[in-house]
Amino acid sequence: MKSIEDIQSEIAEEFAVYDEWLDKYEYLIDLGRELPLAPEGDKTDANLIEGCQSRVWLTCTRDADGRLHFAADSDAIITKGLISLLVRVFDSQMPRDILDADLHFIDDIGLKENLSPTRAGGLAAMIKRIRDYAAANLEG
Amino acid sequence: MLFPQQIRSQFPILGREVASRPMVYFDNAATSQRPQCVLDMQDDLCRRHNANIHRAVHTLSYEATDFYEKGRIAAQRFVNAASPQEIVLTAGTTSAINMVAQSMVRGGFLKEGDGILLTEAEHHSNIVPWQMACQMCGAHLEVVPVRAGAASANDGAVDMEAYREALRRGVRMVAITHVSNILGAVNPVREMVAEAHAQGIPVLVDGAQGIGHRRVDVQQLDCDFYAFSGHKIYAPTGIGVLYGKREWLEKLPPVMGGGDMVAKVTFEKTTYADIPLKFEAGTANYVAAACLAPALEFASSLAGDRQAALHEKELMAAMDAALGSVSGIFVAAAAATDRIPLYTFTIDGVHPLDAATLLDKMGFEVRSGHMCAEPIVSRIGGGSMLRASLMPYNTVEEVEAFGAALQRVVKMLRQ
Repeated sequence: MKSIEDIQSEIAEEFAVYDEWLDKYEYLIDLGRELPLAPEGDKTDANLIEGCQSRVWLTCTRDADGRLHFAADSDAIITKGLISLLVRVFDSQMPRDILDADLHFIDDIGLKENLSPTRAGGLAAMIKRIRDYAAANLEG
Repeated sequence: MLFPQQIRSQFPILGREVASRPMVYFDNAATSQRPQCVLDMQDDLCRRHNANIHRAVHTLSYEATDFYEKGRIAAQRFVNAASPQEIVLTAGTTSAINMVAQSMVRGGFLKEGDGILLTEAEHHSNIVPWQMACQMCGAHLEVVPVRAGAASANDGAVDMEAYREALRRGVRMVAITHVSNILGAVNPVREMVAEAHAQGIPVLVDGAQGIGHRRVDVQQLDCDFYAFSGHKIYAPTGIGVLYGKREWLEKLPPVMGGGDMVAKVTFEKTTYADIPLKFEAGTANYVAAACLAPALEFASSLAGDRQAALHEKELMAAMDAALGSVSGIFVAAAAATDRIPLYTFTIDGVHPLDAATLLDKMGFEVRSGHMCAEPIVSRIGGGSMLRASLMPYNTVEEVEAFGAALQRVVKMLRQ
């Protein structure tokens, strides 16, 4: 099982090959296209994270080992690419590890502007929702 | 130097880069850039003349006051108001409209059961202040549709039949935009004012988008109020203009108290200053107000320039061609007969947020989302659209490059 830190390093390495902004975004778009979609039935208001300009749906389940599993979707493909990275980092992790994680890969790959709470894509709200799920699933 | 290079060179910011590419600034409907003459005035005021206005007898205060009042006179001339007393300096269009809306209620000019007429294509700043007025007094909104959207003539025109009908349904105030910040179509304000006045109904015109692209003569329009922001027409943010007919400004009560808006104050009773000062409570943004003079002078020089008019036509023709070459595009009010260079659109299979993000990485600064006009954008654009809005300092080459960039973005994004 890879740690959150390992996965963040992997992602940073993958992005390091792109010097050009547009190439980074092209890669994000490809990731967005590959993201396993949340089933239509999961696109409910309860799972909706309302950004100013795009919508994100996030579901969370917990397996027998106590690990959390996330599925997400968005109506904007770049947002989808970004959330696919977040899902990759946090999926199959323990709630305590998610809460303790130092989330730095978005900054590392030069996409920090997408994390601003006022940013239209709603990424900051999604991270908060992931942490909320983790907090709610802490043992004991 | 040839137009537009001769004016372009006066805007230092236009030389900068975004994402290591030459920046193309196409978000002028949100705010315009400032020419050197405005930057110089801003700087000079702060370095040499900074003092609070109107009250003190010392030299600095006299100079600052003089610059402030010159800003007012520049605004008066620019919209051809009969007197500088009819020019209230505000923080912006939004502040001006809020002021009128609240004052109409407080003065008893809007009451329970009265209708306030808006068009469907208003900016939030010409919707929410009136909703708040309704909550205060029990009035209601009468919303008139516009012909926009794929299933209509899509010329952006106000449905005049519906307008006339609504006027007869107990409307006591009309608040309409000169030019919608989504449609770009110019409303027949003079005709709409005449129709309202025939029923004895006052009219406020939201000029935020109109002011930078059409000559405004408030006496000719005959509107009762015309509101605009300095920052949409080369001046800084934080200054706006409310033109109001003398008879209205005299009978409307102020809604903010304090500062220089008084004649005499005792704990028993306060009497107010004459117009326009009774509406200018607190220390005004005199630096921005002073900048109205060079900004509006700059705008006037363009308004009378045949080359500038020709250039605007060329920009619009180039934009029609650029947008026309994109498959699956829907342009709001594409069939408008009279428009400003402002284009709001959607592209099939492309999310506006994605497109705006990629365009930024190609150097193009455009808007996406509902652009503070959620009702109309929800109806014609599914809640989110893209917008490119131009000023005379933009070039045909920029528009052509934008067309190519759009093609590329669509290829990258289309699902």
